[in-house]
Order: sequence, then structure tokens, then C-alpha cells
Amino acid sequence: MTNLVGQSVKRVEDKRFITGKGRYVDDMVLPNMTYASVVRSDVAHANIRGIDTGEASRAPGVVAVLTGAEMEADGINGLPCGWQVDFKNGDTMKEPAHPALAVGKVRHVGDAVAVVVAETREQAADAVELVEVDYEELPAVVDVVAATQDGAPQLFDDVPNNIPFDWELGDKEAADAGIAAADHVTTLEFRNQRLIPNAIEPRAAIGDYDDSRDHYTLYTTSQNPHVIRLLMSAFVMGIPEHKVRVVSPDVGGGFGSKIFHYAEEVIVTWASRRLGRPVKWTAQRSESFVTDAHGRDHATKAEMGFDADGRITALRVDTHANLGAYLSTFAPCVPTYLYGTLLQGLYTSPAVHVNVTAAFTTTVPVDALRGAGRPEATYVLERLLDQAAHELGQDPAELRRRNLIPPFDGSESQPGYETQVALVYDSGNYGAPLDKVLEMVDYPALRKEQEEARAGGRDLGIGFSTYIEACGIAPSAVVGALGARAGLYESASVRVQPTGKVTVFVGSHSHGQGHDTTFSQLVADQLGIPMDDVEIVHGDTDQVPFGMGTYGSRSLAVGGVAITKSIDKIKEKGATIAAHLLEASADDLEYAGGQWTVRGTDSSIGFGDVALTAYVPHNYPEGLEPGLEFSSFYDPANFTFPFGAHIAVVEVDTETGVVKLVRYAACDDVGNVVNPMIVDGQVHGGVTHGIGQALMEGAIYDEDGQLINGSYMDYALPRADELPRFETDRTVTPCPHNPLGVKGAGETGTIGATPAVVNAVIDALWPLGVRNLEMPLTPQRVWQAIQSANGS
Amino acid sequence: MIPSSFEYHRPASLDEAVSLLQEHGEDASLLAGGHSLLPAMKLRLSAPEHLVDIGRIDELREIRTEGDGVVIGAGATHHDVESSSAVAAGAPLLAQAAAVIGDVQVRNAGTVGGSLAHADPAADYPAAVLASEGSVEVVGPGGARSIAAADFFVELFATALQPGEIVTAVRVPAPGAGTGTAYLKFPHPASRFAVCGCAAAVTVSGGACSGARVAFNGIASAAFRDTGVEAALAGAALDEASVKAAVAGAAEGQELLGDSFAGEDYRRQLARVYARRAVLAAAAAA
Repeated sequence: MTNLVGQSVKRVEDKRFITGKGRYVDDMVLPNMTYASVVRSDVAHANIRGIDTGEASRAPGVVAVLTGAEMEADGINGLPCGWQVDFKNGDTMKEPAHPALAVGKVRHVGDAVAVVVAETREQAADAVELVEVDYEELPAVVDVVAATQDGAPQLFDDVPNNIPFDWELGDKEAADAGIAAADHVTTLEFRNQRLIPNAIEPRAAIGDYDDSRDHYTLYTTSQNPHVIRLLMSAFVMGIPEHKVRVVSPDVGGGFGSKIFHYAEEVIVTWASRRLGRPVKWTAQRSESFVTDAHGRDHATKAEMGFDADGRITALRVDTHANLGAYLSTFAPCVPTYLYGTLLQGLYTSPAVHVNVTAAFTTTVPVDALRGAGRPEATYVLERLLDQAAHELGQDPAELRRRNLIPPFDGSESQPGYETQVALVYDSGNYGAPLDKVLEMVDYPALRKEQEEARAGGRDLGIGFSTYIEACGIAPSAVVGALGARAGLYESASVRVQPTGKVTVFVGSHSHGQGHDTTFSQLVADQLGIPMDDVEIVHGDTDQVPFGMGTYGSRSLAVGGVAITKSIDKIKEKGATIAAHLLEASADDLEYAGGQWTVRGTDSSIGFGDVALTAYVPHNYPEGLEPGLEFSSFYDPANFTFPFGAHIAVVEVDTETGVVKLVRYAACDDVGNVVNPMIVDGQVHGGVTHGIGQALMEGAIYDEDGQLINGSYMDYALPRADELPRFETDRTVTPCPHNPLGVKGAGETGTIGATPAVVNAVIDALWPLGVRNLEMPLTPQRVWQAIQSANGS
Repeated sequence: MIPSSFEYHRPASLDEAVSLLQEHGEDASLLAGGHSLLPAMKLRLSAPEHLVDIGRIDELREIRTEGDGVVIGAGATHHDVESSSAVAAGAPLLAQAAAVIGDVQVRNAGTVGGSLAHADPAADYPAAVLASEGSVEVVGPGGARSIAAADFFVELFATALQPGEIVTAVRVPAPGAGTGTAYLKFPHPASRFAVCGCAAAVTVSGGACSGARVAFNGIASAAFRDTGVEAALAGAALDEASVKAAVAGAAEGQELLGDSFAGEDYRRQLARVYARRAVLAAAAAA
């Protein structure tokens, strides 16, 4: 049998997706089901003087109209925050209540105020319009810097200046000294704009309470059903965890936005208990825009010092991070531990200091979005590097190379690299992808082409980004010390059926990543059985023993290893059974191709026979338990650290400001690769996402707190016909601390692409005098920058 | 996503449609391709009690050559317009505009009459109809009449249609001999509606412009003919520099739209750039 690991095996899940047979939450219809529609605030900030539900509750088909007051009376708590970041001075993080249905006040457009439950979806939608909410409007504040100023509108009485925490990392004195001593300092101020996640499947949830068993089932579009079960049962509703089943079936994309515990999950579960009927809610797209947690939204000033040889002397960063109206589930860790810790990048910077001020604003809560903190950190570094190269008149690739951390493989003789900002990188050969991507584009020829284009009046630009990121989001002890209120291991259970077929229950969750395929390849290879003999089960807390879910590119690096650990146990027990059947010592057996063979003989027995024997133990080792099934938990020793180098080539139409992406080359190092096609797909999608941030995407709030581009008529996402064919390749530096040697591939594209594209546009326009541009680089912005640079 | 409830009517003929409109007055809306009305209803920005579906009246979908021009039935889809050889020959600007509307799905459902009657300032047909000197045929309780394109587009989402009137066709005279046309559009990256669309019909004689019609949509609250640019082009040489000079005053005197994606100054710049590019493309096709 050929090795499956390393092969581009076609995705086994695609048949059901392509033929429309995927099973999503909104596809589910339960007997006697009702439909919920949520009354949402259309103002950004207001006291609720009163809610008149009378007319709505008398409308046709309406079963109930419920408000925050009733929810509070039922003892339902607010939505919890899963990460604590205390103030620099040691004061505890301020954690104001986040009720699932607003009580007394609304704090962003889209905040849930009441819920209408009706016999049909249409009746619920009609009746929502009849709920009258009397608002006493308060001033809005949408800008994160403005929110921290004295006199700014206050969202919560007990959070002065809207700041729930501030944070710093690194040696400030050393960074100050390094900047002061530098021969050249590059300074940039910019926004990393707010993005809307836009998963293709809008969120949905069904609450189903069975009073005969006092049992709750929640079907929800989640990336981590076990986490939702824990948060909702223990922290919000005060119901016993073992009486709650959470099911996340096929889920149509998440990008992080489906990690978090949302109000609607509580609303439908609570409403189902009150009404004794299943309650379904499905987001309309316009609701997704104003309720799915947004991403990014930083205002940053950054300075990087260089010595006379172009070596980095220090990095100093000051960031204001917009949290939106409430602390979303993992919000505090994103602009801190997932951001500041990556600010050394893959450079030997001797001093790094970052200061972060987090603030509430009357906008949709902000949390992790594909990359989560790492794109923001990479943008800081990579914009500074390209900017410095221009200012110093040096080649951007060469300037980077001069500052790269030398290669190390993470072995005892070449241990991990300790940064100035609290991480120990696992293994790295950071120059390798840079060299390769330069070859891919034939860099000298490309620069020559640029010169010729310029001579011919075409404004061509070449932009770089060399990034490192942290994946896996583990180990537990480390994240616990950093404020996580959860462990971040992963679990997997492998059940060998009597016929030798294998069912694998995984705690990670697939919502586009192709786990059914990747994990099957892994299991089939390790057991030497056909892929068709392996079934992957995920997304159901009643089937899967436990799990932390999928985010942070962790499913293979953490979840895949948990599977491997269970397989190892299966093989060990299998060997004991095989040895008994073969009348040999287990130590004399070798396992290959699904057979245990007595070394040096032709005496062997197959996996299927051993499995059958484990369940029909007539002739069986004495004292050994029957059955062949093992669960494992894997808590890694460290994060994993993928890295890479990307090059974007753009042409700018200076008359209209339109940026055309002409070429995009990415060389990534994600460690070992199980399925190259799936990794390529992740890179393509991620790069596209990153290009979207650079050129098109961005939530726009007006000063009243209205989201003015909350629809696909206005919010631009990149489409295939606007993109060049991506050129991708890889280098392979295995992760030393997990047995698969894998690092994670879900976010690299998003992290690498954004600065590469912006750098390319700056490179194109540098000769015209353009020095900085705010994202997204819309045609008007680019045109205006050219006009200002022209002095007109 | 879920519209308010409504009563659905499917008249078999135009006459029946006219009487249904008369019967239900302001409570009724005409439904054809549904590409403007249905999204508005789903967002509950529009909640008609009666929908009169004229999308299946065959007589409305006909495209025919008449004299030296073309008559395009209001129910013709954008795809019909884009792919009709009669339109390509007799009303090339409309074919060029239809080809860049939305995407394939939109072009297969949306109709020319629906688009004209809706009068979205960012729609693609208005500039094409104006620069073609076409007219809009309508029928209503008072009978049939013809409205010149120049009089048809009044304001944002407002036309010269009277209550109860239905657009039945657009009539376009053929471009004269030696005339080339082009419709060029700067699409919004999200909606792909026109941020600036410029339709140009340029008649070339002896290497110079002997006559030009230039119209814009997207940049102002209604589509308009730019007579200033047309006058400046008359007699001008058709090289890049001369055309650039002739269109320097594009959209002058017009109040332009502005939003966060494209402000007034930027739209004015787009008008200049797209006028030049459209005129040169039209001249090249003459």
C-alpha cells in the first residue's frame, strides 16, 4: 500500500457538499418546532425606557415574546469571557455583564433586545416589526482612540474611559535605548481596519429541551461544541453539563467567528425550556453583519530602529485595540498574547516593547478572526521592514535577510529560539522560503521588468512579507499562565469495530478544512488499512468524549497528535493479541501494511483478525480486557511556528487609483504536510482573505454608530476573477515537538498576504512620493494619495 | 430575508396587467426579473400588497428590427439584449451595457424594462439609451405613448412614468454610418453597479470627430447627456491628447453623488478618465 500521508487525496467530504447533501443546522426540522426572530437595536447606544410586546404577542402564530427582564428573572447569567488580561498595574480586568438579551441598555446596533417565537419563520419575522422599543438615545463612540479620551461616551458605569484592561510586553528600557541609539528610525502610524468575517453559512441555532429527561440539546454552528456546552451550562444557564448535548453538524465556514459563545445559543435553549418546544433561529445575512464578532480594528504607532549596517536595534509599538461593545469569548487574548508575542517576527531584534490599550466602543464585539492578532503583528513588522528598505535605499529582501534568525532544528544541539516577547520558537530555517520565493519569481528579472514598466509609464510595484506565526494555541499550562480560563489540549478516541473498520471521534471540528480526509489519511497510514475503512466523527458532544475545537490552525498539530496517540495504544494492544495468536512474543512482532509479522518469518496475522479476536475473545491473552478502543488527550509542549515568505506584484492605474494584483507568490513552511492539495487550498483561501483586507474589506461605522456598509451591495470581498493564479511552494522544517512534525496551515496566507500587497502598492507609488496608505487600499484612497503626493 | 406577505397576480396580457395596476393602485408593484424589487422586499424596504408579474408575457420579450432601428421588448433579459444580433447591429451600446451588468445569473433574470423603470442611478442602461438617443415606449390607462430618453430619467429612482404606466419597450435608432460606440464602466467592487459608466457614440470623418454623444450613469442622481463634452469633441482630432483636452470638463456643472467609496471629486475624475477611454474606444470601433 502506498503512503497516503503526503498525497493529494481528493476530499471525501466533497461529494456531500457538492451534491447539496451536507447537513447544516438550518436544514434540521424537529417535530413541533417553532421559529425565533430577534428584535435588534437599530441605535448604537441607548437606555431602554420600555419594551411594548403587546401587539407582537397578539400577532398571528406568535407563541411568545420574551425580553431580557424575563431572562434575568429566570436566573440566566450574561455571556462569559474565557480569557483574563489584567491591567499593567495589577488591577483585575473589568468584565461588565454581557446579557444575551439587553437589560436596561443597548450598546451597539444589532444588540439583542427581545425575541419573538412563532409557529413559522414568516410569522416571527412579521411580529418582530410589531415590538416597540422606547429608546433614550445616548451618544455613540466608534473610534477606539476617541473612546479612551476623557469625556467620551461611557458604555459601562464601572469602566472608566471604556478601558477594561491595558497590557505591555517586552523590555521598555531596552527598546527605548535601542531606538535612541539607532542610526535610522522608521516610524509608521496606521489602522489595521475592522473586518467582518463573512462565513458563507450564516449562524443558526436550535434549542430543544426535553422535560421528560430534563435534557437539553443545542444544535449550533460552532467551531467548538464542547466549549459551548461548558460555557452555556456552567456559566450562563446553571444547568448540569451532563444534561446538555451540543451538536455542530456540517458548518459552512467560520474563520474564527464561530468559536464564540453567542447570545442566540442561550436564547433558543432558554426559550425552548420555557415553551416546551424546539426553537430555531437562523441569522439573516444582515444580522450576520451586526452580530458575528468582527476582527482586527487596531490603531497603531510603531517605530523600528536600525544600525548603520541595517540591523534592527529595537521595535517599539503602541496599539489601541477596539473590543466593540462587550468582551467576546476570547477577545482579551487577541490583541495581547496573540499579537504582542509575535512582534519579534523572524528577526534578531534585540529589544521589543509593545503597549496595548483595549477599549470598548458602541460597535459589534471584536474577537479572533483568521490569524487573530498575528496578522496585525505581521502587518506592523512587514510594513516597517519594507518602509525602512525604501528609506535606507536598500533591497527589501536583503534587509530582511540581514536580520533573520539563523537556522535551528529544535534538537538538543540546536534548541528553540527564545524571543524578547515570551515565546520559544520550535524550529526554523527562515531564509529558506525567502530564497525559494525569490527564485519562484526570478527576482532580478522581476526588478528589471519593473524598471522597464516604469520607463514605459506603468506603475509596477513589488511587495514582500516574511512572517512567522504561532499555531496550536497550547500548551495548557502556558496559556493558563497567560490568562486562559480553559485548557488547550485536544482529545481523540479511536474505536476499532469487530470487523476491523475504524471510527475516529475527534474533538476538533471541520467547517471547511477537510478533516474527514486529512485525518483518514493519517489513520489509514498508521494502521495500514484502506482509507475507506476509516470514518471520522466530529461535532457532537454525545459522540465525541471531549474536545477544544478548531481554531488557531490547531486541528492537525494538536488534534492529529491526539489521534496518533490513540492509534499507538491500539497498535500496542493489538500486538499483545497478535502475539498470543501467533504464539510469539510481542517484542518479536513488527507491524506493517495492516499485518503483525513475527520478525524474520512468514508467520503473520492481519489487523481485521486481531480486531475480531478483541471482540470475540475465545482464544485470548489471559487477563487482557476485550475490545479495541482508546481515547487520548494531547497537550503539546509548545506552540508550533509556521513561517514563510510572500511576494506580491501589483500595477496601479494612477488615473483611477485602481490596484491590479498581477502576480502572487507564496512559499510557506508548515512543517510536514499530510495533504498538499488541502494545504494549497488553505493557502489560496488565506491569501485571498489577506488580499481582501489589503484592498477591499473594512467595516465602516458612521459617527452615530451605524454600520454603513453592512451588506454585499457595499462590503466588498475579493472574487476569483480579480485574482491572479497563485504561485505556491513550500519548504519543510518539521516541528520537533510533535510526532507528526506538523505546524499548521490554516492562517498562513491571511497573515502573509496583507502586508505583501500593501508593500507592493507603496513600492509602485514610492517614486510618486506616496509614503503610507490606510487599508483598504480602495481606488479613491490610492488616487487621493497620489494627488496629495503631487501637491495638488 | 423574509418579505411581508403579498398577493401574487400573473396577468396573461398587457391589458390585463394595466387593469390590475389600475385596480390596486399604489398597493401594487410590477414584478419582472425581480432583481431590484425582491431584494428591497426581503429587506422590508418595500412591502407591496400586490405583485403583478409581467415577467411571463411573451409579447414583452420580443426584440425586432424596425426601420433602421431596434425595438427591444421590456421583458427581454439582459442576456437577451447582450446576445441578440439585432441589438448588436442596431443598438450596439445597449448590447455593450447589458454585457457588463451583474453576473451571468443576474443577466439571465433581470430585464431591460425593469432596469429602466427602476431608474437606479448606478444602472448601466440609462447612459446607453441616452447616448443612442433612444426612447421608452409605455402603455397605461390613457393608452400608449413614447418618451424620449432625455425626458425619461428624472431623478434618483424617479422617471417620467405616470402611475399605472408600464414600460413595454425601448426603441433605439441605429447609429449612423461611420459611428462607433463604447460603454465603459467602473464597477463598485461589492455590488458591481456602476460607480461611473460612460456611453459614447462617436462619428468619425476624415480622422476627426464629426459628432459625438456622451452620456454618464453612476456619478449623478440621474443619468445625463454631457452636452459640454459633446460640443468640445465636435471637430476634435481623435488622438489621446486631443480627446483628453476635450473631455477635461466632463460632468462640469453637474451635482455629483458622493459616498464613502467614491466622493464627488473622485467621481469627477472617473468621469474624465472614462469619457476619454470610452470616446477613444468608440472612435476606434467606428
